[in-house]
Amino acid sequence: MDVVSLSQLQFAATCMFHWIFVPLTLGLSIMTAWMETKYVTTGDETWLRMTKFWGKLFLINFALGVVTGITMEFQFGLNWAEYSRYVGDIFGAPLAIEATVTFFLESVFIGVWIFGWNKVSKKVHALTIWLAAIGTNLSALFILLANAWMQKPVGYVIRNGRAEMTDFIAVVTNPYGWIKYSHTLMSGYALAAFLLMGVSAWHLLRKNEVDFFTRSFRMAAVWGFVASLIVGVTGDFHAVEIAKTQPSKFAAMESIWETKKNAEMCLLLVPDASKECNAVEALKIPGMLSFLAFHDTDAEIKGLKDFPREMRPPVTPTFLSFRIMVGIGTFMILASLLAIFLSRRANFVDNRLFLNLMVLAIPVPYLAQQVGWLVAELGRQPWIVYGVLKTSDAVSKSITSTQVLLSLLGFTVLYGLLGVVDIYLLAKYAKKGPDNDLGTIISVQGRV
Amino acid sequence: MDAAIFQVTWFVLWSVLWGVYFMLDGFVLGTGFLSGFIARTDTEKRILINAIGPVWDGNEVWLLTAGGATFAAFPTTYALMFSNLYSALILLLFALIVRGVSFEFRGKLDSAAWKSTWDKAIIVSSFLPALLFGVAFGNIFEGIPMRNDFTALQFSYEGSLIGLLNPYGLVTGLLFVLLFAVHGALYIAIKTVGELSGRANALANKVWPALLVVAVIFLGYTYPATRLYDNYLKLPVLLIVPLVAVVSLVLVKVYAGKGESGKAFTFSCLTVLFVVATGVTGLFPNLLPSNIDPASNLTIFNSSSSPLTLKLMTGVALVVVPIVIAYKIWVYRVFRAPVTSEDVLGNKQAY
Repeated sequence: MDVVSLSQLQFAATCMFHWIFVPLTLGLSIMTAWMETKYVTTGDETWLRMTKFWGKLFLINFALGVVTGITMEFQFGLNWAEYSRYVGDIFGAPLAIEATVTFFLESVFIGVWIFGWNKVSKKVHALTIWLAAIGTNLSALFILLANAWMQKPVGYVIRNGRAEMTDFIAVVTNPYGWIKYSHTLMSGYALAAFLLMGVSAWHLLRKNEVDFFTRSFRMAAVWGFVASLIVGVTGDFHAVEIAKTQPSKFAAMESIWETKKNAEMCLLLVPDASKECNAVEALKIPGMLSFLAFHDTDAEIKGLKDFPREMRPPVTPTFLSFRIMVGIGTFMILASLLAIFLSRRANFVDNRLFLNLMVLAIPVPYLAQQVGWLVAELGRQPWIVYGVLKTSDAVSKSITSTQVLLSLLGFTVLYGLLGVVDIYLLAKYAKKGPDNDLGTIISVQGRV
Repeated sequence: MDAAIFQVTWFVLWSVLWGVYFMLDGFVLGTGFLSGFIARTDTEKRILINAIGPVWDGNEVWLLTAGGATFAAFPTTYALMFSNLYSALILLLFALIVRGVSFEFRGKLDSAAWKSTWDKAIIVSSFLPALLFGVAFGNIFEGIPMRNDFTALQFSYEGSLIGLLNPYGLVTGLLFVLLFAVHGALYIAIKTVGELSGRANALANKVWPALLVVAVIFLGYTYPATRLYDNYLKLPVLLIVPLVAVVSLVLVKVYAGKGESGKAFTFSCLTVLFVVATGVTGLFPNLLPSNIDPASNLTIFNSSSSPLTLKLMTGVALVVVPIVIAYKIWVYRVFRAPVTSEDVLGNKQAY
């Protein structure tokens, strides 16, 4: 394989691995802050135990998100030097702001939160988790605004052999970025809610700490439903934005070959990219696709054949990823709605079928996160900056395929090991359940 | 002219970010790779990890900020520095990743084999960045074999990973390792109590002469190996910078010798800052020189962002960095007390 393909593979591998941990960080940080706030305002110690138990899982997960994030910032320069040189004038700014404004906030205050239980007052302690959570949530904003610029470049001019910023406000108010941010952020909240529900269900099946886990489950069910619903709504906005700004991505997501007005939507569809058509098209809803894309059943949808072959994204993977994401999103809305109703019933803990389902559902939102990333990034190909710079022109010129192959192998082994350890630890501490012993200041005389 | 002001401003900020990063992560790295030599029991190891626990992550962010600032302010330097030094930086990255998770993972299972695995991981993954950062900055000071044509936008690199391990690079690597060893030992001395603290202060005293020898070799070797002295010869008043570094280094020994670890640590902070300052003062206006073609040097003038981006980033830095410094000072005050065995045995959230 050449340097471009290997670098793409390495970027995908490291980014998708990073993204196993970040969505949970986004959601669980806010939920833990919420629990601690409840504790501080009500004085109810169950909230404190919840803060500590879910906070522990949050921290185990947080560690890998942080360390794999360093890779992301370095990788633009390491593997994508031409890209970095060409767009650094615009792309570098949100990244630098992300580091200065948000990484400091999350990293500094998470340290105080972990180690400061008996060093600062209750209120200040709750404030530290909020600051860390806000830092985390804002860092997603800056990186997604940077990514949005790659999807829909705005506020720039090509000058001095590169893209130079002309309008920073346009870059930070890029609607593409804000839609992407709300969609992604809420998907993180939804994922965290499903993890809370799944772990709680696991304990409820064993009648372990019934009050603690029923309360956790109920809280998560509401969070999960609201977040999943917003994910669906913003997903719709996002598709409209894509249809408008990235027609080749939209055509690949829906596997549309011919340009047509009043385009129908096929609930069952099997693309055949080699023959430039769909092998199966069934269960058609007339005009539905035009309506979804432009909110107008007569609107024209551009087909893939309007783009030269080399300017099309990989159709089948983009299409499949999109369908899987939408399918899981729908499942999550329904499952969390059901969870709200069932968890309020008196015999909830005896509903073994539903509790088992929620345990099995833990990995499902993770899959949606991964395929969602694939839709966004595969669908943009062959462009690295849509319509401005091609991926094949963006790679570093001073690196060899051997170097990248070795680093890719290194990442695979290292990340593989750390991933196994981290998920093992998460499972172990999740199964262990909350501590009964609340004392952060306990007597240890004679134990030294 | 307008652009030049911001380019120089960003050179200063860039230097400050690196300097502060090395000052803050230097003692974390030092504590990490000394942990195996200073701590004797599991409790002592935990005390060391908990002494850096509340601050290591926030300290590492200075590296991300330095990297991000290079990207935003000097994108061509960011692109060529990172891609040309690919293999070395990948190794550095692996080490930083392992170091970060080691702190979190070590205490999560109650098994001696598990803990000893992560103890070793902490030592290796703290030592490697200290060495590699030194080697990298040694190579930045002497220049790397690259040819850059800024009008045709053609950039090429003729070096290799082995080429980076040249004698001057290795001397700088050793300088960083010993600097961080003394710095880390003094941090341990002030953050612990009793015998552990005494042992750490003694170690700082023991390592110091080696540091002095290497620092002298470094300063001498810099003359034939680099062009860093050019600026000092042009403007001798600048010699105040290396002078502060040397005086601080001497005061480190004076106070460590008297057992006054707190004052010694203050001066080792200054030493690290002024060692970096000494290097970058000589480097100016280069960010990454070429050692085969002076016209290929990456400077603050030929590799910077547009004036608009530089202005914007200056605004962001002037507003945000003071706030960051303010809350970091607050955090260091909250955790100013030494870590004791009672602390680590009593706190379940501790590492």
